[in-house]
Amino acid sequence: MTQHLPILIVLCPLAAALVVPLVARVSARAARALTMLATLSSLVCAVAALRVALREGDWHYHLGGWAPPWGIEYVVDPLGGGMAVIVALLATLVSLYAGPHVRGLSSLRGAAFDSLFLLLTTGLLGIALTGDLFNLYVFLEVSSLAAYALLASGGERAVVATFRYALIGTIAASFYLLGLGYLYALTGTLNMADLAIQLEAVPPGSAMTVGIVLLVVGLAIKMAVFPLHGWMPDAYTYAPPPVTMFIAAVMSKVSAYALIRVLFFVLPAGDAVETARAVLSWVAVGGVLAGSILALAQTDVRRMLVYSSVGQMGYIVLGLSIGNAAALTGALLHVVGHAAAKGCLFGAIGSLPRQTVQAEIGGLAGAARRAPLAMAAFTIAALSLVGLPPTAGFFSKWYLLRGALDADAWLFAVVLLVSSLLGAVYFFRVLEQVYFVPDPSAPDTDVPSPASPPSWRMVVPVLTLGAAVLLIGLFNGVLVSSVIQHALPEL
Amino acid sequence: MLALLGADRPLAAVLVSLAAAALIRLVGRWPTVREACTFGAGIVKLGLVLSMLPTVLDGGVVESARLTLIPGVTLHLRADPLGMLFALVASTLWLVTSVYSVGYMRAGRYPNQTGYFASFALCVSATIGLAFAANLLTFFLFYELLTLATYPLVAHNRTPEARAGSRKYLVYTLTAGQALLLAIVWAHSLVPGGEFRPGGMLPAGVPSGTVWGLFGLFVLGLGVKAAIMPLHGWLPAAMVAPTPVSALLHAVAVVKAGAFGILRVVGYVFGVDVLRDVGADTLLAGLATTTIIFASLRAFRETHLKRRMAYSTIAQLSYIVLGAAVGSVAALAGAMFHIAAHGFIKITLFMCAGAIYTESHRDDIRQLAGIGRQMPITMGAFALASAGLAGMPLLPGFISKWNIGLGAMSTGSWVFVVVLVGSGLLNVSYLFPIVYDAFFRAPHGTVSPERPSLTVPLAATALVALLLGIAPNIGVGFYRLAWSAATSVVGGADAGGLP
Repeated sequence: MTQHLPILIVLCPLAAALVVPLVARVSARAARALTMLATLSSLVCAVAALRVALREGDWHYHLGGWAPPWGIEYVVDPLGGGMAVIVALLATLVSLYAGPHVRGLSSLRGAAFDSLFLLLTTGLLGIALTGDLFNLYVFLEVSSLAAYALLASGGERAVVATFRYALIGTIAASFYLLGLGYLYALTGTLNMADLAIQLEAVPPGSAMTVGIVLLVVGLAIKMAVFPLHGWMPDAYTYAPPPVTMFIAAVMSKVSAYALIRVLFFVLPAGDAVETARAVLSWVAVGGVLAGSILALAQTDVRRMLVYSSVGQMGYIVLGLSIGNAAALTGALLHVVGHAAAKGCLFGAIGSLPRQTVQAEIGGLAGAARRAPLAMAAFTIAALSLVGLPPTAGFFSKWYLLRGALDADAWLFAVVLLVSSLLGAVYFFRVLEQVYFVPDPSAPDTDVPSPASPPSWRMVVPVLTLGAAVLLIGLFNGVLVSSVIQHALPEL
Repeated sequence: MLALLGADRPLAAVLVSLAAAALIRLVGRWPTVREACTFGAGIVKLGLVLSMLPTVLDGGVVESARLTLIPGVTLHLRADPLGMLFALVASTLWLVTSVYSVGYMRAGRYPNQTGYFASFALCVSATIGLAFAANLLTFFLFYELLTLATYPLVAHNRTPEARAGSRKYLVYTLTAGQALLLAIVWAHSLVPGGEFRPGGMLPAGVPSGTVWGLFGLFVLGLGVKAAIMPLHGWLPAAMVAPTPVSALLHAVAVVKAGAFGILRVVGYVFGVDVLRDVGADTLLAGLATTTIIFASLRAFRETHLKRRMAYSTIAQLSYIVLGAAVGSVAALAGAMFHIAAHGFIKITLFMCAGAIYTESHRDDIRQLAGIGRQMPITMGAFALASAGLAGMPLLPGFISKWNIGLGAMSTGSWVFVVVLVGSGLLNVSYLFPIVYDAFFRAPHGTVSPERPSLTVPLAATALVALLLGIAPNIGVGFYRLAWSAATSVVGGADAGGLP
């Protein structure tokens, strides 16, 4: 059993996705339990596999016993394995968080929801673990199709918004596939490790350049890197809360992971990659600033959070375009920290009883009394995105700053700090409503009002993520020296 | 539990009030239990700080364990003379202010007292943490925690005015925090680990451009909390907070954190000589003297008692900055002693202002005629503290000024002596008319009798101020701590003044 751990990580949710609709015909509760069990066992497998990989070196698993480059290979290394743990952890928490939402649906729709959610998880885990670029494309499409369906389940406006996302997402996937086609034509292989070796021998030429450009642009759209983020605000705003929570937390991170994998582990170092990184650095600066400024302009909290994601993805891209050890550490730590923080923020907002159709900032007045725990977690996550100590966001900013200064890139350092300040403005605007503006409908006392507190199923995941943001910050040294350091490419 | 507290006393001193903050939140329903937590933690914390005092007075330091935060950079606390001095001031005054707060908040029937006391405890944790911080990152962590913990206190009254004040406060302090962060990351790329070292941590041969840039960022980052003009705008605006908040945070914790930070940076990051070589000490001295003069003049224009005191605080803080800029042993000792001297004096003045407001609901200077006869203890303490602020002999303000002046003379900077004397005269002229009116003009209107929960703390701090002025080493030896810190920074080259 244990020698098959890498594939079990992906198989658990996939198998459950197929079975859940059948089980739901008998018992909706059993279907829910199965969903949670599947994500949890995937998490357990991912953690176990990562531990093995950290102890004994990268774990190469040959699917069906076919040796690469002919067969498909799964690789658990610190980078991919770590990513799989993040995805599985978020999936486990969201499968619990989704309980109240699924209960509100008919048993058929509930089962469809869980099944799609598991498929999405499968796709994201597959991207993190596969060692084959074409297999990565397949999982990219599996996750995207599941995501379209889930996002569209939020009502009429969600359908329109998702349609736009589906169009752009498909274009992005086609770019990726086309780029991959060029590389395949040049080398005749799709295995990442093999491709990296073969590409070294290929002289730089226009075919390779076009391939690289297509790959990078395709993944950048999936990441919603500025200015390719247009599809994201509507798609995330109108989706059901558990969907937004999961997708906002991990989906763009997984694409960021794919970009890091391609840029640093597959493509040969050379002019084309250098140019791509230089372009990405300016794109990142634009994204960091534009995301923060657009977030300021929003009156709907969820849209504000989406634009803040555009800015935060800019941090990650900035880190990998600076490309030294400190900056890459910062980028990877930010992948972890931002996944937890964004999941926590969307989760906390989604757990509040909805007062207005759009989650207006003004509607959060007095939310600290109605949902003190969820709002406490919200505050911690918000502080992390602003980059205040001792949260995860502060430490990733520290590494990024250090990387920028090591590279003498003062402009990037200043951009990071300015973006922090803009973040402070838009988050404290919300926190002021939450804590200092009295709820118009509740009396002003020291005792929290008992009226409809959020379900524990929603509060526990949100609190877990809030605590995770703090712990990742305080123990970032452990995380960096035991995992992230080993996940860095050789520079 | 006790063994745990004893094992790592600097860390325990920080954690006690952190734990108290959480506990206060939990038992918020029962005000008596809640207040007991505050007092209990206050006493334990003071005890912990005092238990480290003998070692520090004997020239030693008490170190905490190093906890790795970032590979190569640790969370590390160390009780050295300068940190000890600040920690003693903060933990003593927390206890005093807690007594006062209970009286003030209950008398005024303020809402959200649980949040108030929890934030208060958090602030004191942060203050002790930054006092004992042994390296730049630890300092920064607590510096930012202090910003966050004070924000709800400034906004405590929840009125639009309070929210606007707190917003202004955040904009200033968070912006400064980012400048400080950049400075600290930069310093780390020059000095791995960024550990404070008496006399300076920078390696030899750092180009003067780098020193200027780094120093500029540090002054920008710390100057906001130290309220160096023109970075002082938040301080008068933050006076919308309840008076005990103004008292502890805007006379002791927040503003002193900035001034303390300047002392740390001048003495323990750059070293006086490095700054003198590039001429950065002149910039700092220029900023400080400008602030002293303009803030003192500006105080005249305020008729709101607390706002006038805010400008007086701005001027007094720059005494500390000036002492750091002059950089001789006497001047540094004077500046360090001024942390304690100004702390006790200014908290007395603020507590007097709060007592006046509680008993008479007056906060304008023009309404205070004759109030000295109705509130003799309060106004007596006010008069004493005013004299102390102006730098009258036998009061602690004199000792710090004397030393800073002496230091300035030894470096030949007569202009600073003139500024100090002039500022003393300005102090007299904006505070003594209040005292005169209070005692020698006819009272009007009714005033509730003074309540002991307010008068006892303020009389106590006034008394301590008086004792410190007569015998500056009394009790815990603030003056010895200041001298030993100053000597360690400069190396005992030009000792002088009152030993």
